[in-house]
Amino acid sequence: MNEEPLWASESFWKKVAIWVTAGSFLILVVLTMDSLSQTSAGGTRVPAYAVINKKIDYQYQEKLHKSIPVIGEDEFLFGQEFSEDEARQLVDLGKKTSQAKNCMNCHTLLGNGAYYAPDLTKAWLDKGWINTELREDMMMKFLMDPEKNARTYGSNRKMPNLGITEPEAKGLIAFLKWMSSIDTNGFPYNFKTIYAEE
Amino acid sequence: MNVTELVEKASTRVKDFKAWVALDSTNLTDGQQLAVKYFIVAVILFVAQILFGLLAATQFIWPGFLFEFLDFNVNRMVHINAMVVWMLYGFIGSIYWLLEDESQTEIVGLKLGNLAFWVLTAAVTVVVLVYLLIQIGPGKDSSLWLINEGREYIEAPRWADIGIVVVMLIFFYNVVATFSKGKWSGIAGVLTLDLVALAGLYVAGMFYMTNITHEQYWWWWVIHLWVEATWEVLVGVIMAWSLMKLLGVRRKIVQTWLYIEVALMFGSGILGLGHHYFWIGTPEYWLTVGGFFSALEPIPLVAMVVHAVYDSGTHAFKNGNHPALAWIIAHAFGNFFGAGVWGFMHTLPQINLYTHGTQWSASHGHLAFFGAYATINIAFFYLAIQHWRGGVWMGEGIANAWRWKWALGLLNVGVLGMTIAMLVAGYEQSFIERAVEGSTWGGYFTAQNHPSFQSAMSWRLLFGLVTATGLGLLVWDLLTTGKGETRKAKVIAQH
Repeated sequence: MNEEPLWASESFWKKVAIWVTAGSFLILVVLTMDSLSQTSAGGTRVPAYAVINKKIDYQYQEKLHKSIPVIGEDEFLFGQEFSEDEARQLVDLGKKTSQAKNCMNCHTLLGNGAYYAPDLTKAWLDKGWINTELREDMMMKFLMDPEKNARTYGSNRKMPNLGITEPEAKGLIAFLKWMSSIDTNGFPYNFKTIYAEE
Repeated sequence: MNVTELVEKASTRVKDFKAWVALDSTNLTDGQQLAVKYFIVAVILFVAQILFGLLAATQFIWPGFLFEFLDFNVNRMVHINAMVVWMLYGFIGSIYWLLEDESQTEIVGLKLGNLAFWVLTAAVTVVVLVYLLIQIGPGKDSSLWLINEGREYIEAPRWADIGIVVVMLIFFYNVVATFSKGKWSGIAGVLTLDLVALAGLYVAGMFYMTNITHEQYWWWWVIHLWVEATWEVLVGVIMAWSLMKLLGVRRKIVQTWLYIEVALMFGSGILGLGHHYFWIGTPEYWLTVGGFFSALEPIPLVAMVVHAVYDSGTHAFKNGNHPALAWIIAHAFGNFFGAGVWGFMHTLPQINLYTHGTQWSASHGHLAFFGAYATINIAFFYLAIQHWRGGVWMGEGIANAWRWKWALGLLNVGVLGMTIAMLVAGYEQSFIERAVEGSTWGGYFTAQNHPSFQSAMSWRLLFGLVTATGLGLLVWDLLTTGKGETRKAKVIAQH
């Protein structure tokens, strides 16, 4: 009987399959633990929720060849300073609203979702809000009555009325502001913020 | 007309329909009877997927269409959810189908398995009705528990998640108990471990988190480790068994290949997860890890093409079910091009920085889901119908062969056409919205209003209609093929 070569042996490949799978999974678990600890709210990559009390910008760094979030001086939301706990509650309401209203099946968040409406990652910083004085008010009105305050940019695509209440709209704005402070490794590239225009 | 009359009329219609299709369930084993129940719901959901896809595609061209009645987000959610669920139904059905043959014994826990089918199907019906009729809720936990979770692909509300896990456990029990009573094999071992991973991973997506980076981190555990790892291994299992049955390939060969595929698939796919962690706030090392391992992901898919083509060649394409083998070949190539090539094209972070969140992803998604998963499920539908009709001849010279051939052609051309149209749109978006305009809302709409994007969306709708025509033909063929056929199928011996 011929000796079976190793590369044609069923039991050899079975062992390879088991070891490769177990090894890859182990590395994934280790990287997951590290990633989760590095991205807890309050770290350098994902700021604490009270960052909504600050001015947030996204600036291009020549040396890094990418933009990074820059947290500046106080810039209160709705003219109010929030404690970390209050800020977390507000962002939480916004996040929950974004899920309950199914935003992700038209928009993308951090680039993930559907492609029928603009990305929301840096929506807070978008120059579409004209200037920082008008921004909050425009966002509130838009969210609560998107049909009347439609922003179609000549596309005829309108956001439907989703019955967003005033507290929910505030929550959504807080959520969007907080999300714009996350360090996304330079995504989106070449983004000019509302501050760059001013 | 009163209710009793309506019920009577409906039951007469059902009887007429059953008489017309003339399928005889006594030709099937118990496990196979359960399998075809799953296949029937899978086909219905496949039709729903295409229907709602057409509605969403229409809205890209006429945004006022069904505005504030069935908005884009609702249509798109039903479109992708119907897809995920019909594919799962197809897989579960396929496993029930091969279970008794592979274990060489009768299925264990059949009653429970049947109950699980009805519970799951009732739950899916309720979920879809709520999606369509209630659609959205206030920003409260109750909305996420009862209406929808608002997370792409796994939108099902939490109550349904729990139901899905329970049903999966019953399914898992059927599989393990049957193999334990009968005979274990390499295929059985890989299948069992893969089902543990598949069910376990779903749990990772069942939590609400305020921190969107953490939430998307776990969300990708479910989505990626399902479609780019455990589902791929599952189709590897199904394909291994099919090649033995269709072509008579020896067990030792398919099982050795299966182990090689598992090693390559999990070796690249598990850490390939990192290509979803480039831009969601996670550390920079994912650019390297994700870029490297996801670039390797096409390798197992090449291996699968080699496997399928080599086996078909060495057996001179002699097989007992032409439509099924044609769809298996379509699967091997579709998986390679859709998941492999189309995925590779935009997986490196240097490119993905511009293509992430554009029609590129939609282009890849369409060809990959169709090529990798729709095709192999359709192949299984053909296997099932052959046996349901009593193991009839489905080789050369079957009556009305044009139907399956045209269905195969139209479905493949339709999906490929949509894929190319969306690729053009994706290129245009990457250049204009991303590279030139810097991803502002203004930039987004400049790209959306561009003539090349607009015409791409029209082509997509047109090819969507081609796909729908192909699907219509496929359903017709599945219902009628082999009817009145008196020749028996060729018996394929292992050689």
